[in-house]
Amino acid sequence: MSGPELGLAASVFLACGVEAVEALTIVLAVGTTRSWSSAMSGVGAAALALAVIIAALGPALTSLPINLLRVVVGGLLLIFGLQWLRKAILRAAGLKAKHNEMETFREESEAARAAAANIELSRFDGYAFTVCFKGVLLEGLEVAFIVLTFGANQHRIALAAAAAGLAVLLVIAAGVAARAPLSRVPENTMKLVVGVMLSSFGMFWGVEGTGASWPGNDAALLAIIPGVLLAAIAMVWALRRNASADAVDRSAPGETAERATVSA
Amino acid sequence: MRVRRVFLAVWEFVVGDDWLTALGVALALALTALLAADAISAWWLTPPAVLGLLALSIRRAARNS
Repeated sequence: MSGPELGLAASVFLACGVEAVEALTIVLAVGTTRSWSSAMSGVGAAALALAVIIAALGPALTSLPINLLRVVVGGLLLIFGLQWLRKAILRAAGLKAKHNEMETFREESEAARAAAANIELSRFDGYAFTVCFKGVLLEGLEVAFIVLTFGANQHRIALAAAAAGLAVLLVIAAGVAARAPLSRVPENTMKLVVGVMLSSFGMFWGVEGTGASWPGNDAALLAIIPGVLLAAIAMVWALRRNASADAVDRSAPGETAERATVSA
Repeated sequence: MRVRRVFLAVWEFVVGDDWLTALGVALALALTALLAADAISAWWLTPPAVLGLLALSIRRAARNS
């Protein structure tokens, strides 16, 4: 392999690895907290849609309005993520009962579905399916873009595709290895992390889709994710502090009255 | 009736129980797009807007709890 070819393969491998990690993060987070079968159905449907799009468009793929896709997918992920984050923060602060999320979601989904929905359908988690489908489709399209643009530049699309395939396979293997340890993380902690991830990726893609550029491009995620996590922790801390201050305020009048009675 | 049910299901799925936050996200991204279209650096606008929306949403929820 010549120097330029090695450079091409390494660039595509790294760029596609980053995109695959982004998709994997969402799939792992949603699969662990919601439903693995629905999450994997979303991944499968996205892979199928990707195959159809790539087969149908081929090199014309680069003419797809990727920014429009980014802003729509990013905006929706951001809205979903903020809902998760808000509920997880309220639970962590003790202002919302824990472990009721799945039940609430199931009740709401069942009410919203057609009355004739059968048992199999009611077990299907549309939320997990949609979030995984959108994440994998968007990242998959970005991988295809990278392969086509990098590969076409040096007329080595096959080499670029092989490097991308290797990166995606390695990331999938890492995901399979991480699945078991993740399942041992406490439920609400995991939900808080999912909220942070969905909000961070949603923010990242949404802003990219508007045409604005993040400083450092994909590396900006290394600042966005900890930033959102720190903000969430700060909000939990502030809510707990307010709750304990309220508790002291509520007990104070009684204590004052007791002291007054004693001194009298 | 069926159309209404489908609309409500989609609304619940996309917007959830806090439409103000969803609206705020849409506005923040729209404003970012407007600035970016004028070649003004705009990446900084959405993060504080999102965190502000989250804080307000939590404040509303905490008051109602």
